[in-house]
This record gives sequence, C-alpha cells and structure tokens, in this order.
Amino acid sequence: MTVVITGLGATTPLGLGYKDLWVGLCNGKSGINKITAFDPSGFTCQIAGQVPEFTIRDYVPKSIRKTTKLMSRDIEIAIIAANEAFKDAGIKTKAFDEEQNITINPKRTAIILGAGLISCDLVELAPSVVKGTINGKFDIRKWGTDSIETVTPLWLLKYLPNMLACHIGIIHDIQGPSNTITCAEAAGQLAIGEAAQIILRGDAEMALAGGGEAKVNPIVHLRQCLTKRATTDYNDKPQQACRPFDANAKGCVFGEAAACVILENSENAKSRNANIYAHIAGIGQSCSINAKYESLESSGKGVQYAIEAALAEAKIKPEQLDLVIPHGTGIFADDIAEAAGIRGALGSTADKVPVFPTKSMTSNCGAAAGAIDVVAACCAIKNSVIPASKNCENINKECKLNIVKEQINKKINYVLCTSYTYGGQTAAIVLKNNE
Amino acid sequence: MGIVCPLGHDIETMWDNILNCRSGMAATTIFDASTYPTKFCSEVKNYDFTKFTKNPNLYKDGNRHSKFSIGAVAGACKQAKIDVESENPNDGIDRKRLGIYLGAGEGSVDSESFFDAIVQGWDDAAGKMDWNKWVAVAFSKMHPSRELEQEPNMPAAHIAMFTGARGPVRSCLTACAASTQAIGEAFRILQSGRADVMIAGGAHSMIHPLGIMGFNRLTALSTRNNSPETASRPFTASRDGFVIGEGAAIVILETLESAKKRGVKILAEVIGYGSSSDAFRVTDMHEEARGAVAAIESALKDAKLSYKDIDYVSTHGTSTSENDSIETLALKTVFKEEAKNTPVSSIKSMMGHLIGAAGATELISCVLAIRDGVLPPTTNYNDPDPELDLDYVPNKPRKADINIAMKESFGFGGQNNVVIIRRWSE
Repeated sequence: MTVVITGLGATTPLGLGYKDLWVGLCNGKSGINKITAFDPSGFTCQIAGQVPEFTIRDYVPKSIRKTTKLMSRDIEIAIIAANEAFKDAGIKTKAFDEEQNITINPKRTAIILGAGLISCDLVELAPSVVKGTINGKFDIRKWGTDSIETVTPLWLLKYLPNMLACHIGIIHDIQGPSNTITCAEAAGQLAIGEAAQIILRGDAEMALAGGGEAKVNPIVHLRQCLTKRATTDYNDKPQQACRPFDANAKGCVFGEAAACVILENSENAKSRNANIYAHIAGIGQSCSINAKYESLESSGKGVQYAIEAALAEAKIKPEQLDLVIPHGTGIFADDIAEAAGIRGALGSTADKVPVFPTKSMTSNCGAAAGAIDVVAACCAIKNSVIPASKNCENINKECKLNIVKEQINKKINYVLCTSYTYGGQTAAIVLKNNE
Repeated sequence: MGIVCPLGHDIETMWDNILNCRSGMAATTIFDASTYPTKFCSEVKNYDFTKFTKNPNLYKDGNRHSKFSIGAVAGACKQAKIDVESENPNDGIDRKRLGIYLGAGEGSVDSESFFDAIVQGWDDAAGKMDWNKWVAVAFSKMHPSRELEQEPNMPAAHIAMFTGARGPVRSCLTACAASTQAIGEAFRILQSGRADVMIAGGAHSMIHPLGIMGFNRLTALSTRNNSPETASRPFTASRDGFVIGEGAAIVILETLESAKKRGVKILAEVIGYGSSSDAFRVTDMHEEARGAVAAIESALKDAKLSYKDIDYVSTHGTSTSENDSIETLALKTVFKEEAKNTPVSSIKSMMGHLIGAAGATELISCVLAIRDGVLPPTTNYNDPDPELDLDYVPNKPRKADINIAMKESFGFGGQNNVVIIRRWSE
C-alpha cells in the first residue's frame, strides 16, 4: 500500500482555485501587488500577495453559517481550499450533500494542517484598548475594569491556530486524528508528511492535509519588516520584487494563501476509481541549527538531511528526479544556503535537474507555502509541464542550480519539494507519477 | 523526564509537592491583573534558565516558555544520558536520528509596545486605525527578536540548538491537547523507524494580558479570587473554571533497542496512542463525548488492551463545568461496569492548567505513579458533584500498585488525544 494524492485545492494570490494557481505559474503571472488590506505607506515593505475577493458565506453550509463570525482570515481561506480539494477528489461530505448521500468515512478521515501564528484584528480590538487609557496612555488597571468586558466573548477562538482544522472538520465531518503543525514556513509540507504517515500506519484511510496562513496583516507584516526578511527595494515594482536565487534578490515578499491535498491509501483510491495525481514516495525531515534563528544555516545541512531522508525513503537516486521545487524565498543568503543544501543532497545532479521556484509569483505564504508547492508539483506531473521561472534572469553564481528558464514539456516521474523556515525546521517530499 | 512548572523546576520537587497536596496558585505577578475578572494563576516562580546552560546568550531572547523548555530538556537529557551543548556528543545517538516533537504555544505578546502602538495609532474621531501612526510607534518600540520569538516553532528551535537534534523536528498546537498529541506522534515516529530517540513534550505560557483576557471572555477561568489555592477543584459541584498555569514538560522517548544499546534506565513503556476530533462545535465538546470516547477506544485498541486493564486514568480534569461532566461521561461510556472501580484524578487541582504543556506534565505524573506505587490526588475535592460519581482519588495520595496508566487530553476545538503507558519489564 502507498499513499496517493487524489484531490487538490488552492486559494492563492493567483486565484481562488488550484487551476488559477497552475495557469498563473505557467504564464509567469505574479500575484504580488501593492497592499490594499491596509494602508502600507508607512511600512518599509509595501507589497504582498493577496487573495482575490471572496464572500466566505458562500463556502459554509447554511446550517452553520453563523460560525463565520468566529473566523479569522487564515480560517476563511483554508475553508475555501479544503472545499475545493474534497470536490476535486470527488468526495461527497456533508458540506455538499444535505441528503446524507456522503462518501467520506468520517471516523477514518484525518485532518492535518499547517497554520501560522494568527495575529488578532487590531481594528476590532482597538476601541477596547482605547477605553483602557488614562490621559492618552494605556493603563492596564483601567483596561481590566473598563475594556475587557467590551471585547467580543469568543475573541480568543478566532486566533487559535487549531481553529483552521476545527472549522473545516465541522464543515466536512472529519472525526479522525486532527493535528495542527505550527512550524511556520515548513508547516504545510510537514503536515502533508504527517498525514501520509497516519494513512500508512492505518490510523486513517483518507486525510485532508496542507496549510493556510494570512500574512497580510499589519502586525504580521511588521514582524517581517522588523526582522528585515521583507524586501524594501521593489515597492514600485511589485511584480519583480521576489527574485529567488537571482543575483538581485533583495528579500522576501509575504502573502496569504491556503493549499490542501486529499491523501488516501492507494487501495481506497483505486476501489473508487479516483483520479490519482501522484504518490507520496518519500518524506524527510530535519532541522537547521543557527544562532541567527531567522536565517538558514549557511551550510544548508538541515535542508540536505531532509532531502536525503526523503530520497532514501522513496528508494531513488538523485538522478531520477525530473523536477525540484525549492523553498526559494528571494532572501539572498537563505537562497545560497538552500542551494548548498540541495547540492549537498543531490551532488552533481544539482547542476542538471530543473529547479522551479514559485514564490516570485505566489509570494511567501507561510504555513501554506510548502503545500502550494506540492499542489504545483501535482499539476506539473499531470500536465507533463515544468513552467518557466520568473524573476530569476541572472542566477546567483553561488547558487549553481539549473533554474528553469523556459517551459519544459516532458513526462515527469519524480518531483522533490522542499521547504524550511525561520526557527529551523526543514521538510522534503518526493512525489511519484502514478503511471 | 524533565520539568519546569509551578510546582518546581525538577521532577522530584514537583512530585514531592504533588504528594504533599501543595498548590501552585497565587495572585498573578507577571502582569498587573488586579482589575481582571481573574486575578490569580499558577506561575513558574524564581526560575533562572541560565542555570541550565553554558550559553545563555543563545536563549536569552526566548519567550518564557522557550526558557522553561531549556530547563526541562536539560533535566530530561541528564536523566536519559543525552549530551547537550556539545560539539562532539558521546552519548551513542546519531544526531540525524534524534528528533523533537513539541506541543508548543505561541509566545506572549510584547504587550507594552502592542497596546501603546494601538493607542497612538487609533483615530477615534474617524473610528479607524491610522496605520502610518501605528507603524511609526510599532517600528520604534517593537524588537525584532521579541517578535520572532512569539512564533510557536521557536521553543523547538531552541531545543534543537541546545541538543543538536537533526532528525524529525516538529511542533504542533492543538490547544490543551497539544503535548499529549506531540508525545503520541513522537511515539509513532519511533515506531516508523524514522528516529531512534525523540525529545517530546510541551511548553506554554498564556499568562499575559491578552491570554487571560481571552479566557476570561470565554468564562473559562475560575474567578474564585478570594481563594486561589482552592480554586481548581475538578469534579466538584462548586467548580467554576480552570486555573491557568505555565511551564514546560519533556519526556525522552527511545526505541527499546537504542535504550538497551546505550544502557539507559527505562522508566516506562509507551504502549498506545489514540487521536480523534469531535467535529461538533467550535465552542463546545460533543454532548455524548463522541470524540473523547473514540480517542480512548482507539488508544486501547492500539495498546491491545481492554478497559479492564487500565489501573489509573490521569484525566484532563480542568475544573470547568463542561469538561468534567463530559469527561466523566466518556469514562463511564468506555469503562462500563469498571468505571467506578478505576481510580481517576486530576493534578490540575494543584498544578493548574498548563494548556499546551498540560498533557506532558500529567503523563510524567503517570510515570511517577507507576514508579512509586502511589496515585496523585484530586485536591480541593470537598463537595462532590452528585452527577459525577467516579473514584477521583480525593484529597490525598493513595498507595496503589499500578502497572498501566492512561493519560487523556482534550483541546478547545475538539482535538482528543490519549496515551497509555505501562510499567517496564523485560
């Protein structure tokens, strides 16, 4: 038995749906623009990847529509991606069929999602905070007596990371194992890896896995500006801002997205004649150790070990890979370190294998980032297409990777996706063509 | 095992306090909570992380729970003979086979800067935020590492730095069930052969102005301000909410083969893990304890045991009206005729609720209960809830020769996790 991917969902700056993501990636479209969610003019970085407009009520069954009041944006975009993934897999859950004509087995379905540190809505909280001031200064005692009771009672529930999985679990009636992986930018792929392990060991027959995070929030955005990870050089040229592995890379652009896959055991998928995008052939995980916690260690060892473990599990040699989708943030030093890790694991194959970074188009969507790449990899396999990269015209000589310059049309047997995060966790997944 | 918690900064101190029924609760000192609905909590006191490390600079920017986890990992690694802060570890563990799985919370907000920026950025006349003003204050006051350290993956980052772990490193946050889940998943990683040794557990502190506010608004916290020490009273008729605590608790899980090869003392055997979700409501547990029952039954099945084999249950036992009722119902549903004969207790009556770190803390108490043949009590149990009629080990520890203990944890949002351990014998 192996674990296969049978459904895709993606809510990204390139559109509401994985097909928009794929078409966007193939056409070199950038989802990065001037921030409209708030006035960014005082921020050092004023651009981000934002999801197109949507109305969340359209995605939540009528009977529980009042729960939309408890949803932060991270939760909303994850719900949209999860809906799409189930539909794409041809699985009927109670969200779609009130007649109870469902094909999901609730107790044998798991939900494992990567989620970020959800920051609160400052506009919502501000009137209460302002009530807690004396002569224009915040006073915690006044806040205690006058403000606390004015905050909406269920305030906290909007911001617990596990609420993505909680809401989605309620909407689709998922009663098996539920976990929320909080490893920032590596969370999406770690969640998919954990879900695959849950299916392999028989604790579930199906899983919704992926990640979601909305980073276009003033306080989240400020954090990335403070740590100087966000680019400040391209505010007037947002489409060119994120330049993974490029000699002119000046930093990262952050965004909001959610991406999900449906995983199931191969027998299950075959018995219901499901469309199989790919097999999870191997997963690997390790850790970068660096006293500068926001950066990848320069040796890239943590990335290397994760890739080596995933290749070993897939029982393949580096030269069998047809495509690598790296983390590629556009942070100069991190790109060099990641390239070193990839080279460390792949050896001379690293000179040849096509490498396709996505963040120049999608932006860096935190906990969704690695899951977006897995969705993209499935599309690449299905379409036998490796899209051209964007904003990587002058490859940084220290990176020495074969960044895809022009679209390649060929059958893809194996894809490696890898991700890492500030804080050090690393992940790698090898996907295999079903044919 | 290692711990930094309101009842001590090492395992034996913590256990001695529990067996003497001491409470960790007192008026809140971390911030001025004197006008909050709840003015007390269970704090880690007089803790100095620098005692546990040669390189305090590497961890000094860490949030409270990251610093707690350094002390807890130091204690656990010492007992398990794992070298820390070593360039060339000589403990028989390949670092690529040493992993971490932590149920870790977010770090506390830098509340002074946070509130100040809001106050100065808010345009009251227009009823909206002036982001230019906000960002000017925020940019000048907020500190990059203080902001980074709020990310929930940072405690795991510090532990990796401290131990050199290069195997599977993950952290999860499923509210109050997080560290039981982390230990369960670490167990699975070992079973799957992806690591030889896992550092597993939890770290959390939500004792900050926004955390306490959030729980107060949910009316989840006890407001028995005149008597903090007796405020956490699980399964009683007068229970009025949980008492929030903080800390870090770590267990070292290791394959039998690795433990034998390294010649380390085996404290207990993990034999079962079950995980489920309620899929019911955002705010409430399922009325018939559907998810809790499923998790317990799945753990029993995994351990190839019957409910009759369980000698002791370490409950989630939060002292909230809902949890204690639903949890009792779950135990009655699974344990049937044995329900009233199976001792169950909640050390949250003394420890408070360590949220993400609660499950790991309580699992440690299960290991110690097996080791010493004594069950930790549910203290403050003076007015039984007539509806809740299990054997809650009231008010004083009880001698009992037990072999198999079950730890259960249920999180806000409906994640249920159960781990079963057994006395080790060849």
